[in-house]
Amino acid sequence: MAMITMREAISQALWEEMELDERVFIMGEEVGIWGGTYAVTRGFYDHFGADRVRDTPIAEGVIVGAANGAAMAGLRPVAELMTINFAFLAMDQIVNHSAKLRSMFGGQMSVPIVIRAVSGGGRQLGATHSQTPDVVFAHFPGLKVVAPGTPHDAKGLLKSAIRGEDPVMFIENATLYQTRGEVPEEEFLEPIGVSKVQRPGSDVTIISYSKMLQSSLQAAEKLSQEGIEAEVVDLRTLRPLDMGPIVESFKKTNRGVIAEEGWRSYGIGAEVSSRLYEEAFDFVDAPIQRVAQTEVPLPYNHDLEQMALPQVEDIIEAVKEVL
Amino acid sequence: MAEAVNMPKLGFDMAEGKLVRWMLSEGERVEKGQVLAEIETDKATVEVEASISGTVLKHVIEEGTIVPIGNPIAIVGDEGEDFDLEALLGSVPAPLPEVVNDTPSTSPQPEPATAELLEGNGKLPGGVRASPLARKLAKDLGVPLGAIAGSGSGGRIVKKDVETAASGPTSTRMTGSGILRETERVPLSKLRGVIGRRMASSKQQVPHFYVTTEIDAEPFMTMRKEYNEILAEDEKISVNDFIVKAAALALREFPNINASFDGDSIVRHGDVNIGIAVAVPDGLLTVVARDADQKPLPSISTEVRAMAERAREGKVHQEDIEGSTFTVSNLGMFDIDHFIAIINPPEAAILAVGGVQERPVVRDGQIVAGMRLKATISADHRVTDGAEAAQWLQSFKDLLEHPLRLVV
Repeated sequence: MAMITMREAISQALWEEMELDERVFIMGEEVGIWGGTYAVTRGFYDHFGADRVRDTPIAEGVIVGAANGAAMAGLRPVAELMTINFAFLAMDQIVNHSAKLRSMFGGQMSVPIVIRAVSGGGRQLGATHSQTPDVVFAHFPGLKVVAPGTPHDAKGLLKSAIRGEDPVMFIENATLYQTRGEVPEEEFLEPIGVSKVQRPGSDVTIISYSKMLQSSLQAAEKLSQEGIEAEVVDLRTLRPLDMGPIVESFKKTNRGVIAEEGWRSYGIGAEVSSRLYEEAFDFVDAPIQRVAQTEVPLPYNHDLEQMALPQVEDIIEAVKEVL
Repeated sequence: MAEAVNMPKLGFDMAEGKLVRWMLSEGERVEKGQVLAEIETDKATVEVEASISGTVLKHVIEEGTIVPIGNPIAIVGDEGEDFDLEALLGSVPAPLPEVVNDTPSTSPQPEPATAELLEGNGKLPGGVRASPLARKLAKDLGVPLGAIAGSGSGGRIVKKDVETAASGPTSTRMTGSGILRETERVPLSKLRGVIGRRMASSKQQVPHFYVTTEIDAEPFMTMRKEYNEILAEDEKISVNDFIVKAAALALREFPNINASFDGDSIVRHGDVNIGIAVAVPDGLLTVVARDADQKPLPSISTEVRAMAERAREGKVHQEDIEGSTFTVSNLGMFDIDHFIAIINPPEAAILAVGGVQERPVVRDGQIVAGMRLKATISADHRVTDGAEAAQWLQSFKDLLEHPLRLVV
């Protein structure tokens, strides 16, 4: 297996699916001639041409709206939003159209679009460009929300997203693009809606996804040096949420910590812990802890920004709290 | 003007205290310095004195309650005075509920929950704080939750506690000889826990070394006999008093032994305060003979006797047990020849003393009857070395063998 970056993994997924299926095309700001703000589609324009790698105006409502139309008409658009913060401009298209058209019109059409959006803070981009509002999109039935934490999963899940019949919000954390991991060289798919144990352990279950998966794995390594073996479960998909491996792990460890980069209130941690209390109440041996972002608009100042974002140490502390 | 009396901090590592007994009821007159209540800390039961004079207007907490240090325990003010309780209490956290059990039991069992706990915790199912898993497990294993002490946060009973309770105490069984014997599991008392932690840490972190000597006990035993003939029964001087005095004088001579290791420096203490290990129910306490190098032998004797009695009754004053710079542990009364002690941190050394034994000794080439005493110093190698410890021991020995120096 090759060690490649998240950026390469996503790029490969797009490339392969475009090679496989002529209906797949990309649209977004600077995705064509420039090769993408995060250089994910570098070289695509020259290879696939302007029809399939389309630069758009700076108008997110248009990007998603046009993609919705193209999807209904039979194409497989991959719409790129430079940051997830700009998805708010396309909220009506995403929430009221992408997510609902299929059920509102009795299944006459599906909307097989993939919206790639870049999420996450920590890069001193200020409060409006640094949010991690992944959970907002996971609130709406009708959308699938995928947020991988490893290059392997990014590639396999993006390919599944492009091939699926449903609209998928594919959330990439900007700070993960350089993260390396093993990715098979041969063709493979990862199923959407399946959580995965990324590190086995017996003492505590850490549940996370995306950027915080990496932080959780680092925390688990440090805890291991102290003799605490954490099992790390990766959600990978926020909707539909697969509680199976989480409940299974929790029944074994009886102690849980949920780590997410977004704010705590009404967040992933709230949802997952609530479900654990519902589905595994008799296995709870300590109150489940949540690790999340401090509830302020994210500061620009580097130190303050890092202070507000959940860190590896916060996860370790939470684990010790539940043990 | 009414004032709140707060839970005092009675030791540098004290975080909370349990109010064991009110000595003054609500409405009673109290003078500044008068004993208001008895508090149990990690180490001992101590008396809390009123910081102001007035009338005890209110007991804020009940007997048996544990509160963090600094939390109000009583309100003292003028008799009949109206006071704003809320304002005086401020926004302090509610007291931790404490399981109360006044019935002494022969073998310490985890204390079952009572109505008071139930009240403090709202309506907890079964009246106990337990994790859902612990509840289910207790039910499955048929272990009554009320009989289990919780080790989780806030005293919550967790899985481990139920498993422990289920695995012991083991039931009475037949042995090979047909005699019934019971195994019992006794939870650590606070004192036992503290001793365990401190001693484990000392043995693990302090590089101990040991030097032993044998002392001719005859001279000071003779002096003690003469001394005690003229003293009243309750003033008699013990062997240990001589040892404390001799150790103190020797320490004055060797300030490096009367010291503490402190990271990148050695703290040589100005005072020579000798800690004396006293066996108490469930453990031991170290009472402190302050300035033992300067005090006459009878004063040391009287003070130590009073402190040791308080310690055995579980009523030591805080100053009785703090500030020692060196410790003496004496097991002579158990007819012990010789033993080795663990250093009582942050002190640099401890002296272990056996009993005075009659034995044949060689004097001027003749075997004659003599009295001997063995003493072993355990010292911190970060602070001192064998040669210095040996010299100290030599000085200590010399003082006891020429005891006039202990009394003049």
